Amino acid sequence: MKKHIFSLMALLVWGMQAFAQTANSGSMLRASGKIYVVVGIIAIIFILIVLYLFRLDKKLSRLEKQA
Amino acid sequence: MKFLQKAWYKALAALLVLYTLVYGLLIELPADVGILDETIRNLFYHVPMWFGMMLILLAAWVNSIMYLSKPNPKRDAYATELTNVGLLMGFCGLFTGMFWAYNTWGTAWTNDPKLNGVAAGMAIYGGYWMIQKSVNDDAKRARLGAVYNVFVFPIFLALIVVMPKLAQSSIHPGSGDTVNFKTYNSSQNMEMVFYPAVVGWTLLFVWIAELRTRYRLIKLHKDNEKAHF
Repeated sequence: MKKHIFSLMALLVWGMQAFAQTANSGSMLRASGKIYVVVGIIAIIFILIVLYLFRLDKKLSRLEKQA
Repeated sequence: MKFLQKAWYKALAALLVLYTLVYGLLIELPADVGILDETIRNLFYHVPMWFGMMLILLAAWVNSIMYLSKPNPKRDAYATELTNVGLLMGFCGLFTGMFWAYNTWGTAWTNDPKLNGVAAGMAIYGGYWMIQKSVNDDAKRARLGAVYNVFVFPIFLALIVVMPKLAQSSIHPGSGDTVNFKTYNSSQNMEMVFYPAVVGWTLLFVWIAELRTRYRLIKLHKDNEKAHF
């Protein structure tokens, strides 16, 4: 599971860089280039939320087996 | 493999929303979005809340009908929790919409037909919550809720889709005298994020609804056990 997540994140970072080279709009949001940091942080938070949801899911499955 | 068989839609939801979060912020925008500017990216976050809400409430509606044709606590649990989570999505859409409106139109609440329709619709769904919370007999509560839901969902759709379309004017895209988002997208980039966003966000909330339903059924099972002693 952990291995999958790391490879997924590596893929994402690679994808972001690919986009960084093609996108050349001078919009305010991306002018400094640091928007990727924010995107990365949002992605990390979301991945953690999903992992948490999966754990909750497992706990419920265990309870269902008991019931 | 077994994991994928059981949880494929959860994994898909996570992947699609992750894709939306990352690329929704990074893609290049069409040049002709006017005052919306960068906030057009809300199309990937605010709009899927409403689409997802409608899809989830539709699923709840189907479950209510199934409950009425053949009473089964499982159908009732699904209908109730899908409605709850659908409305949660609606509130997400409402609050994000108010924030977006404040920063684009200058006020959090305009007298747009879409906004007033949604306000009335949510108030009607408040009646559903009232039934859920105020009837103690489980079978009666389930039946009342199901009947109410069968009537409420079409009314809700009429209020948030049909009425705004018929209105004289609106500042929402695709209602009244306004055009759809599609007609002024000069770039296909946005559609490549928008559709996955709708599917992803919807499945994510369906997942939450499923968790709540399973919790509800376990609780029901435990309560029944207690009642037998």
